[in-house]
Amino acid sequence: MDIQEIHSILLEKFGAAAVGNAPVAATDPWITVDADSIVDVSTFLRDDERMQFDHLNDLCGCDYFEPDPKKADKFGHDPHIEVVYQLSSITLKHRLKLKVMGPRWKNDEQGQLPEFPSVSGVWGIADWHEREAYDLVGIYFQNHPNLRRILCPEDWVGHALRKDYDFPLEYHGVRGR
Amino acid sequence: MSMQVEDPRVVEFDVQTDEMLVNMGPQHPSTHGVLRLLLRTDGEIVHECTPHIGYLHRCAEKIGENLAAPQWIPYTDRMDYLAAMNMNLGFALAIEKMVGMEVNEKAMHLRVFIAELGRVASHLVAMGTYGLDLGTFSPFLYAFREREIILDFFEEICGARLTYSYITIGGATHDLPEEIEIPDGLSALLKIKKGGRKPFFEVVEMFLQWLEKRIVEYHTLLTRNAIFIKRTADIGILTREIAISYGCTGPVLRGSGVDYDLRRDGEAIYTRMYKDYDFEIPVAPFEDAPRDAVVGDCWSRFYVRMMEVVQAIRLVRQSIPKYQAAEGTHREPFKFNTKLPKDEVYLETEAPRGQMGFYVVGNGNAEPLRCRAKSSCFCNLSITDKICRGVPLADVPAVVGSLDVVMGEIDR
Repeated sequence: MDIQEIHSILLEKFGAAAVGNAPVAATDPWITVDADSIVDVSTFLRDDERMQFDHLNDLCGCDYFEPDPKKADKFGHDPHIEVVYQLSSITLKHRLKLKVMGPRWKNDEQGQLPEFPSVSGVWGIADWHEREAYDLVGIYFQNHPNLRRILCPEDWVGHALRKDYDFPLEYHGVRGR
Repeated sequence: MSMQVEDPRVVEFDVQTDEMLVNMGPQHPSTHGVLRLLLRTDGEIVHECTPHIGYLHRCAEKIGENLAAPQWIPYTDRMDYLAAMNMNLGFALAIEKMVGMEVNEKAMHLRVFIAELGRVASHLVAMGTYGLDLGTFSPFLYAFREREIILDFFEEICGARLTYSYITIGGATHDLPEEIEIPDGLSALLKIKKGGRKPFFEVVEMFLQWLEKRIVEYHTLLTRNAIFIKRTADIGILTREIAISYGCTGPVLRGSGVDYDLRRDGEAIYTRMYKDYDFEIPVAPFEDAPRDAVVGDCWSRFYVRMMEVVQAIRLVRQSIPKYQAAEGTHREPFKFNTKLPKDEVYLETEAPRGQMGFYVVGNGNAEPLRCRAKSSCFCNLSITDKICRGVPLADVPAVVGSLDVVMGEIDR
């Protein structure tokens, strides 16, 4: 099933507020899903007979931000955070990409992690992928069973894949930079 | 307060010991690198197994945001360092998909040749180290003896033995050699004179013929070994549903009875490489499995890998005449400072350990905005807790070893 058909089914079921008016064209087109609907949309995509997206290939966060004010004009994106879901179906052998967008900081307060709903109840692997996104990109996933850092040590400060991340000068006496 | 026990036999089954936390790793030899497992055990039985990862974390993704795409290829080598060629291929294909480049026939068959030879080398290590996990040392030595010769070939081809950076955007860095010196290891094994020179593909064929006979011996040594079967069959059972939900891929998924391989079911840019090839995809259950083996157990996962070696040898054989007949160059130019378009691609390829994905976001610069590597072992490892519950402590290395994880790829 191609993305147009999938989108029209989703549009009928969830409305334009949840899944947008049309898929976004690109080499891999995607559907932008509203953060509040992502769990419902995911569950539907997994369980529906026509979709059967039982496999979450990848879930990752992406920080759109240009820290250098001189280059900010050419950057071409408003500062925001994206969570990207790559789905595929083992039985029907089709693929789909979803995106959820949100602010870089909760209520635009520096240091307050943005919140997104967790899909770890839909696909088991989302548990670890979301922990990684929390660890490296700094996204707080609501209702996640065990949101701890996974790759960095528990006492690490900051989230390395943020564009404005400051590399630490030292960590427990080990010199950085 | 004393308790009166009426029937002493009841006590036998009711007895409970205190739960104990056992730390295994990160320097434990059977954890394949630096994996730390925190086990909650009741006597011998594991109640919970929590993997702690990140000891090899280098944040390759952040490094990728500061490098041009061709510069990041050496970093992909260091992810799955036992199958570096397949890692190179995954990333090169992702960038080719992004810039809309299609490599020519010659480079395509060259890549199949290299990737499948890499798969053989990787699965040989998987077999050897799995034997090591279960306490038998000799398969490990045999596996490394064979792998050594493949590494000798790779050294002749690109100069490196472990981190090749050979397959690159647009093809491969060098063409295959016409003629090579027969590797010392191979001449010793075949009992021929040292130092002779022969055409490259002839030497490869000599090696493949030799390897094919050895695989039968490995089956006698390990796969059909009564002790090996006792230690692996019906242990660490991963059901089909959990395997799919937890994103398991590669031999782990196929060992659970799911017929899915990206070389056949993947995206067009990848499957086009394997279009004219004739190969089978081994999937559990197997007709010749021992009586105790069930779908999704450690034995099935191991056997899928062994069967894949046979198929990979077939693919290497088929690729040689195709490569020789193909026209064109082994590498199409891709400038080092090529600006990536404002676009984003995700591409997964079938690496020996599962589906390795690369997600690249371009923003008009040579350096990508986001360079994400989705690791197959990362997903495969996440089910450790599910399949380790209820097994005796001594079986934990058998279960974790059957997943065949490489920490370099998990931690990136």
